[in-house]
Amino acid sequence: MGFMDIFKKKNSGDVAKDRLKLLLVSDRADCSPDVMEAIKNDIIQVISKYMEIDAEGLDIQITQTESETSNGTVPALYANIPIKDLKHSC
Amino acid sequence: MSEVIVITSGKGGVGKTTTTANVGTGLAQLDKKVVLIDTDIGLRNLDVVMGLENRIVYNLVDVVEGNCRIKQALIKDKKYPNLFLLPSAQTRDKTSVNPEQMKKLIEDLREDFDFILLDCPAGIEQGFQNAIAGADRALVVTTPEVSAIRDADRIIGLLEANEIGKIDLIVNRLRMDMVKRGDMMSVDDVCEILSIDLIGAVPDDEQIVISTNQGEPLVGSSSLAGKAYQNICHRLLGEEVPFLDLNSKEGFFAKLAGVFKK
Repeated sequence: MGFMDIFKKKNSGDVAKDRLKLLLVSDRADCSPDVMEAIKNDIIQVISKYMEIDAEGLDIQITQTESETSNGTVPALYANIPIKDLKHSC
Repeated sequence: MSEVIVITSGKGGVGKTTTTANVGTGLAQLDKKVVLIDTDIGLRNLDVVMGLENRIVYNLVDVVEGNCRIKQALIKDKKYPNLFLLPSAQTRDKTSVNPEQMKKLIEDLREDFDFILLDCPAGIEQGFQNAIAGADRALVVTTPEVSAIRDADRIIGLLEANEIGKIDLIVNRLRMDMVKRGDMMSVDDVCEILSIDLIGAVPDDEQIVISTNQGEPLVGSSSLAGKAYQNICHRLLGEEVPFLDLNSKEGFFAKLAGVFKK
């Protein structure tokens, strides 16, 4: 870490705000880590029927996104599913 | 028309009781007839903050159980004859009272008072359910910290589920020096996260400690916190009051630095 990086460190107030935003979305959705794990496993099963995916690299989370219909944000399920091999694809 | 306001937060120690005492006293200063109800059964505190601890004869549980009439349990404030306290019981627990009994008590008090303020205990269990049972609106108190804000969000959800008509936010214990250097969330940050209407921002002020030591709420005094509480009272009466510039009470060196920055 360079000398100047000390001054570039993110303010703790911003860190708190970012952490809270994520935390409250999952609090409000009332999704326990167990439920999230179950969703994740089901997604892996379904997608694996059609293509080979990287189950280890799969990441799902509940986030906020801009609503297309109304103003403001709505919760959304975000999934990042890395594909290993497309050979099974239709 | 009387209004019943519950002051709540979820997390303990963020300033519910101090807020109740100051908002209640502030409304009394504006010539409203006010009663403060301490609903924290078993952990009575509003009486000491108000400086009325030596005058208690009967309490909330006595009234609910019919051991006395409401008027016998109400303690008149030292300074304001239109301000009253209904203290909580110290040697009982939250199950001594149920939400139906609270609703009945509040309906009886509505006839005589303009404002009924309920000081809610921390937590979301029976004490909370009792406190919100008869409320028309809520003031949610939080501090700019992750734990307090998370609990406030949960409380807001519960208040909405219980159909509390209006929910407003008070951000308490702001330290503007820390906000400025980015080490504390600002009022705007907190409002953005919780997305409810802001009714007051109260700075962290050592005068609060002093006033609590003395048992005299500081609302209306020249201190920044005193002014902030007074503004909340005006807003509760429907007046438009601009938010205080909490930066105004800077030290000499901060002001000097400000001059050089320009």
